[in-house]
Amino acid sequence: MASSASIGDGTVIRRILIAITVLFLSVFLVLPILVVIVSAFQQGMHTYWAAISEPEALDALRLTLIAAGVAVVSNTLFGLSAAWMITNYSFRGKNLLITLIDLPFTVSPVISGLIFVLLFGGRSVVGRWLIDHGIHIIFATPGIILATCFVTFPFVARELIPLMQSQGNQEEEAAYMLGANGWQIFWRVTVPKIKWGILYGVVLAAGRAVGEFGAVSVVSGHIRGMTNTLPLHIEILYNEYQFSAAFAVATLLLVFALVTLVLKRYLEYRIDRKSEAL
Amino acid sequence: MVGFLIKFLKTKRNSSRFRLPGFGLATGVTLTYLSVLVLIPLAVMVLTSATVTRHELVAILTNPRVVSAFRVTVSTSIVAALINCVFGTLVAWVHARYTYPGKRVMDALIDLPFALPTAVTGIALTALFAQSGWLGRFLIPLGVSLNYSWWGITIALVFVGMPFVIRTVEPVLDDFDKELEEAARTLGATPLQTFLRVIFPLLIPAVLTGTTLAFARCLGEYGSVVFISGNMPLKTEIVPLLIITKLEQYDYLGATVIASSMLLLSFVLLLVVNGIQWLHRRRLGMEP
Repeated sequence: MASSASIGDGTVIRRILIAITVLFLSVFLVLPILVVIVSAFQQGMHTYWAAISEPEALDALRLTLIAAGVAVVSNTLFGLSAAWMITNYSFRGKNLLITLIDLPFTVSPVISGLIFVLLFGGRSVVGRWLIDHGIHIIFATPGIILATCFVTFPFVARELIPLMQSQGNQEEEAAYMLGANGWQIFWRVTVPKIKWGILYGVVLAAGRAVGEFGAVSVVSGHIRGMTNTLPLHIEILYNEYQFSAAFAVATLLLVFALVTLVLKRYLEYRIDRKSEAL
Repeated sequence: MVGFLIKFLKTKRNSSRFRLPGFGLATGVTLTYLSVLVLIPLAVMVLTSATVTRHELVAILTNPRVVSAFRVTVSTSIVAALINCVFGTLVAWVHARYTYPGKRVMDALIDLPFALPTAVTGIALTALFAQSGWLGRFLIPLGVSLNYSWWGITIALVFVGMPFVIRTVEPVLDDFDKELEEAARTLGATPLQTFLRVIFPLLIPAVLTGTTLAFARCLGEYGSVVFISGNMPLKTEIVPLLIITKLEQYDYLGATVIASSMLLLSFVLLLVVNGIQWLHRRRLGMEP
């Protein structure tokens, strides 16, 4: 009585459940994608092209890529260092450290921006001193980079820590016994073992970094051509009732998100791992 | 400072085994980066809000606009989390057990809310439910106007929190031991009894974890909500937006106090999730 006895395998129940699932997912996942694409081209190819090639859009694209690039590189270096520390040694407070690394995920994007305004804004001692010396962090590019780094902080580390823990470090120890030094072990033994895991973390971090809105919105000051990222540019266009232009810029981010999903799927298949909640 | 920390950390040394090189460098980089980017900024916020007097604290948190924002945020987040709890479990069930044309594409799309920038989500949903929108043109004649309403916020939050329940429940269903339900059926249980008494109890921890994670995410959500909510004070203004409004009015203390209350709430939820998982492991005998 194998499969015929399974729960919910009656044809009627199964069809109803599948129908509800498809309807739910279509309304929430497929329709938003389609509406972005259709609205973007509503006023023709010309308007679309004008919206994504105007100088403000290109400036926003440039800043988005800079912030995402810095965030991904520095968080990857941090992730490698944290995973090396946590998986290769035993020390006090290891569980606390793992919890602290996850901290930025529990913080609202708006709060992620607020903390940097408090630290580097004109009202704080540090911020005042920096501004007096001509260094602007808030309402400038460094603030946007900091906020982006903060919201994508855990992605690579939380991917690598469980991966390296499950792989163990016997191979690293063997390399050490055979006389390899630290960097040789890292580059020739560890990195090849975890390369797909690193890429997976990088893909997730890049996806989030490019699209971050709340945190960046708080620190940006909305200066056109100076501190606008693509998501902020969309907000400005939308609030000026330039709907087609807003959706046109949104298609750039949509394509990026879909590429992220495809890469994520491919990497999950490479590292043989189930998708799970972040 | 770092040198001292390294000495302190190293005291729990496993003397029977040798150590790989690189402890000092890895520790230095990890702790410095963590402190500079995360711990110090968060500590500054908590310390700033600690300078508030009790009188100011009461005045800020009992302000009608603040109370209303918390009510809107918490109530929409709870309802969105519950909707995701029901539909998320259902989707996870269907995806673990059945196949249908296009299932693989749908399954990959489930992560879309994580990948799609919240601003894009916000304008897409607003366009869908607008008067001339694809869904709005059918719903609005029926009297269901979602934009600029409490339900509009909730719909945006359902989108944002959707993957959490599905992605925590699906692996449990995949690993589920089918012999258990076959045994229940052989012993005469009806399909409904088998589901309620055998399968569902084992899903509860995953369902609860996923729902709590979705709830926590919804509480802080900003981008996808601000476009659809209309941001009317006392009606559809959410807490994250109120924080930004306070900042723009240079009311740093107000913004900080409200933000710290939100942070406290998130920590409590994080503890709840850890508690659920600990209880579950203990019930399965994995924890003493």
